[in-house]
Amino acid sequence: MAERELVTITVDGVPMQAPAGEVLIKVAEDNGSYIPRFCWHPRMKPAGLCRMCLVEVVGPRGRMLVPSCTTTISDGMVVDTQSDVVKKAQEGVLEYLLINHPLDCPVCDKGGECPLQDHTVAFGPGESRYVEEKRHYEKPIPISELILLDRERCILCARCTRFSEEISGDPLIEFRDRGNAVQVITFPGEPFASYFSGNTVQICPVGALTAAPYRFKARPWDLEAVESVSMVDSVGSKVSVQSTQNTVVRIDGIDNEPTNQGWLSDKDRFIFESIHSEHRLTTPLIKEDGEFREAGWGEALELAAERLAGYPGDAVAGLGGANSTNEEAFAFGKFLRTIVVTPHMDAQLDDGLDPHFLVGVTPRATIPDLEDAKTILLWAGDLKEELPVLYLRVRRAAAELGATLIVIHPRRTGLDDVASHKIRYRPGTGPDILRELVAGEGDYTAVRAALNEGPVVALVGRTSIGEDPRLAEAVAAFVRDLPEGKILPLARRANVMGALDMGLAPTLLPGRVSESTAHDVLEAEWGPLPEGLGRTATSILEGLRDGELKSLIMLGSDPVRDHPEPKLAADGLEAADFVLAFDHFLTDSSTLADVVFPMEGFAEGEGTVTNIEGRVQKVNRLVPGPGQTRPAWSALDDLARRMGGNLGAPSAAALAKEIETVAPTYHGVTWDTLDWGEGREGLVVPVEEGVQHLKYIPVDGGITAVEARFGLHLGRVLYDDGVRTRMSPSLAALTPNARVYLNAADAAELGLAEGATALVEGESGSARLPVGLDNSLGRGTVYVPANLTATRDLGAGVAVTVSPGESS
Amino acid sequence: MKILTERMDAHRADSHTIERYEATGGYAALRKGMLDIGGEAIAAEVKASNIRGRGGANFPAGVKWGFLAPAKPAYLVINGDESEPGTYKDRQLLERDPHQLLEGVILTSFALGINHAFIYIRGEYPKPARRVQHAVDEAYAKGYVGKNILDTGFDLDITVHLGGGAYICGEESALLNSLEGRRGEPRLKPPFPAVEGLYAQPTIVNNVETISNVPWIINNGGANYAAIGPDTSAGTRMVSLSGHLKKPGNYEIVMGMPWRDLIFDLGGGVPDGRELKAWIPGGSSAPWFVPEEHLDTPVTIDDVGKNGSMLGSGAVIVMDDSTNLVAAAHRIVRFYAHESCGQCTPCREGTTWLERIFNRILSGQGRMSDIDLLLDVSDGISPGLAWPPVMTTICPLGPSATAPVTSLMQYFRHEVEAMINEEVTVG
Repeated sequence: MAERELVTITVDGVPMQAPAGEVLIKVAEDNGSYIPRFCWHPRMKPAGLCRMCLVEVVGPRGRMLVPSCTTTISDGMVVDTQSDVVKKAQEGVLEYLLINHPLDCPVCDKGGECPLQDHTVAFGPGESRYVEEKRHYEKPIPISELILLDRERCILCARCTRFSEEISGDPLIEFRDRGNAVQVITFPGEPFASYFSGNTVQICPVGALTAAPYRFKARPWDLEAVESVSMVDSVGSKVSVQSTQNTVVRIDGIDNEPTNQGWLSDKDRFIFESIHSEHRLTTPLIKEDGEFREAGWGEALELAAERLAGYPGDAVAGLGGANSTNEEAFAFGKFLRTIVVTPHMDAQLDDGLDPHFLVGVTPRATIPDLEDAKTILLWAGDLKEELPVLYLRVRRAAAELGATLIVIHPRRTGLDDVASHKIRYRPGTGPDILRELVAGEGDYTAVRAALNEGPVVALVGRTSIGEDPRLAEAVAAFVRDLPEGKILPLARRANVMGALDMGLAPTLLPGRVSESTAHDVLEAEWGPLPEGLGRTATSILEGLRDGELKSLIMLGSDPVRDHPEPKLAADGLEAADFVLAFDHFLTDSSTLADVVFPMEGFAEGEGTVTNIEGRVQKVNRLVPGPGQTRPAWSALDDLARRMGGNLGAPSAAALAKEIETVAPTYHGVTWDTLDWGEGREGLVVPVEEGVQHLKYIPVDGGITAVEARFGLHLGRVLYDDGVRTRMSPSLAALTPNARVYLNAADAAELGLAEGATALVEGESGSARLPVGLDNSLGRGTVYVPANLTATRDLGAGVAVTVSPGESS
Repeated sequence: MKILTERMDAHRADSHTIERYEATGGYAALRKGMLDIGGEAIAAEVKASNIRGRGGANFPAGVKWGFLAPAKPAYLVINGDESEPGTYKDRQLLERDPHQLLEGVILTSFALGINHAFIYIRGEYPKPARRVQHAVDEAYAKGYVGKNILDTGFDLDITVHLGGGAYICGEESALLNSLEGRRGEPRLKPPFPAVEGLYAQPTIVNNVETISNVPWIINNGGANYAAIGPDTSAGTRMVSLSGHLKKPGNYEIVMGMPWRDLIFDLGGGVPDGRELKAWIPGGSSAPWFVPEEHLDTPVTIDDVGKNGSMLGSGAVIVMDDSTNLVAAAHRIVRFYAHESCGQCTPCREGTTWLERIFNRILSGQGRMSDIDLLLDVSDGISPGLAWPPVMTTICPLGPSATAPVTSLMQYFRHEVEAMINEEVTVG
């Protein structure tokens, strides 16, 4: 963005400098003069309707009373925020707001952190002259599964309605009626079913909107809080985690400029319920005769050490780490490489992208690059479902900042409304689409022309779990040659980038270096490292199934749920001789383990995580883990000692120091810097600097389309049956019903009416599902939401058949 | 002198038909404007006419046209949401001479390079809306509207839209929101409609009466229009007389006469045996005039303004000595409370509060402190209670509700006190 000219204004006699055109209320606040406000929010367009921020601007025509939220500054502007006229106007607005406010502060969630309370004390008249009866409404009314609305408390600032229209793009909450009868309400029969509804609770300046998961759980003055980073997805949204009596009761968004800008998805916000789930593992478990029994750490560790030591190193493999901190992932990798001495490890489950591509592709885009992009190419999953906060950033770039958005996806996505170009294709035919796009002829002329308008930011990833991951690389290869083309490769798990950066892939070592180039360097630090080619997730599971591998260690990994071929995962785990799981819950996978270690989780430990951009941020501890839970690194350190080795992991802080030493790109990334220094917004670790760092050139084509009458789009949904969602009651209730979606013409041809049962058969499995009609699907596209209990046996293979299936 | 009502007065039965309109010289101005003098000259004539907007704000129309930003498409929106209590002049123009308006619309659109005009008519005017729609259909059929008008290559579409029954949609930016299908709420200004109006495109919003004058101005020249009446109140003007008068109704007048003549000659005076008590000179949002002070004040935009009120929409509401002015003020305040869009805190809460204080006074539960309270609540909406008003709100609706309060207290405070002291009651 072009630099704007700095101008000087005077507020209450104090000179202030800011770019011309900034809004007065913000300039004043940035320079230490707080002007009270209700409707103005720094991340939304000014509405100018609460009238709390009126000030006097002294101009050639005298003093003018103006709202400071809609007034832009110009050179020489003189502002008075303290005049008698201003004070009278502020008192007036507060008296007006309070005449109909119920003043039920003692039973209001907002009491104690309420702008209306605070402003009344600071700027209000002190008493009311209103003797008439106040407005009455039924209170509160649920407007969704998560949100309750108390219209008596509402001061009609329109923050919630503007958020839902302007920021999240799902305007399900609106003003109704007029004058004294205006109320915020949802549309008849349509709940406020937004993935972002919790933000409206956070920005509500009174207690009109409250969140069911937090209502009456605490008073603000009883809350303890730490800053942390959401570990729901890989955006790395900054959060304030809040607890009372060692129980996390609320998560709020923190405005971190490069990432979430204050916003969260409801999944980020309400996932905290899973922390204190009654199903949390609290003691180690040992399986005997097919049944788990509780055990002490000593016994469990001893058993695991004994079993693991009994195999040759390369008969053991590790899966997971993508939901752990960097410190845990690093300890896990070091444990596998130096204690077990195996090269077989994978943080992903072959549901993401090539690890070298993910960490090494250049030129690399950051999330803030979206703000400057002329053209944005989105060829990845539906961001609204997979990375909701990134969806907000792309939406803002397209809707507010004027970027041309191109969405290429097999079906309608959340961003289609703001996209200039939409291309929908049958799963499996992506390579053909790419070829036609590169050629830029016929239907693709306009899209291709838009891509010549740089800067271009491409968000690439797998549109569905069954898509060939090399397609994303081929798209990236194309984008590299576009004007100022930059690439942000997408994967969903919270710390997948961190886990890969910590070396949790067979061909990577800590610090974005390839095994082959850095093997000797790291060996000098760590001693002998495993030789030979490591296996990736699918190969590990096949090795276990076929008896080539004997044992598996899982760090927060659930391959039976998350691997594209759940049957292979289950077969592998069942065939394994010994499985050790570090987990928070008994999942479909850890249920198959022989020993389970209960882990500390989110908000219970300290460490760092690396988001999808490569931005490292700090997560912090607020509450103790339940029962005998331990940090994974601590259990690994203990396990190593019992296996006769030394992991050197006395604390997460010590691991962080070792990462900073041995992981080349993490030099300079210290907890101190992240907590208190220049890393407060996160530090983006570099890709291209330094000789031994990885630089990955994506593959250019070479993939072929899949021929089939029906191509399966196994697309992710936000509220799937993932374990943390299931363990968060408020979110679990929102999980959609499993269906198979077809174009109406296809359904008619197959003799399938809406709601009828269809049998979908893939290469490795099948599912019987009710039929839904979705004409955003082209002919031949079959959409099934991924990772729902009813759909998980289907497998991810693209070629499927669909036929009428009698109801089961 | 009549400009706007000559045809309808002469041809009561069919002045609204295109046959009568053409037979009485209609659409000659269109030919002259489009074929002979051209768009720039049309705009120049309108500017030279000094015609000031007849919707209430009295802003010079030619100057407003000059603000139109160059971006295309641009739109013309005719404000026929005539809602100011006491005003019913546009209704007559819409119903009785719609082609006069359409000819003005086409000339204006041609002059400003606009290819789509909207006529927004208040929802309570179904008959005028039908008449206008019928006239638009006739004009399309005759080729005055549509493609390649008069073979000039100029295209124009006209859309007639009926409002949903909200006073605030007469405020031009609220009208634009309403036209777009949004809530009828005034927008923040800037940007002004001429820069960013309907669908965020440059838009000129003019009142029905204003544009109905354009054909005459083109036929006769802007200078001749400007020569009618006082300098700053050029042309004829429709006034709607109502209230306690022997001859209420719409009158087309040349401004400049004293109020005495308007009320007692044109309006026939108050009923026999009654005395004039007060009148509202320009719609219910205008501060009141009283016979002791204002009977000799000339009826011009500027003279009314200098005397602390406004000529506004030309609605004159006359109240004689049978009127309980506390009840009258209450009625007006109640109207604005009901019509507040509810966006701005002071208007939403303040107008209803005023209404409720009046309710209390009128039901015999008033307190003497209510007088100061009424004034102070008003002051919170319109600091200083000056005229033209200072506002704590986005639009002038809130301050409009304070005008009757200040007028009541300025001239008839003793009546309020008497009512609070229960010397007077309202049945």
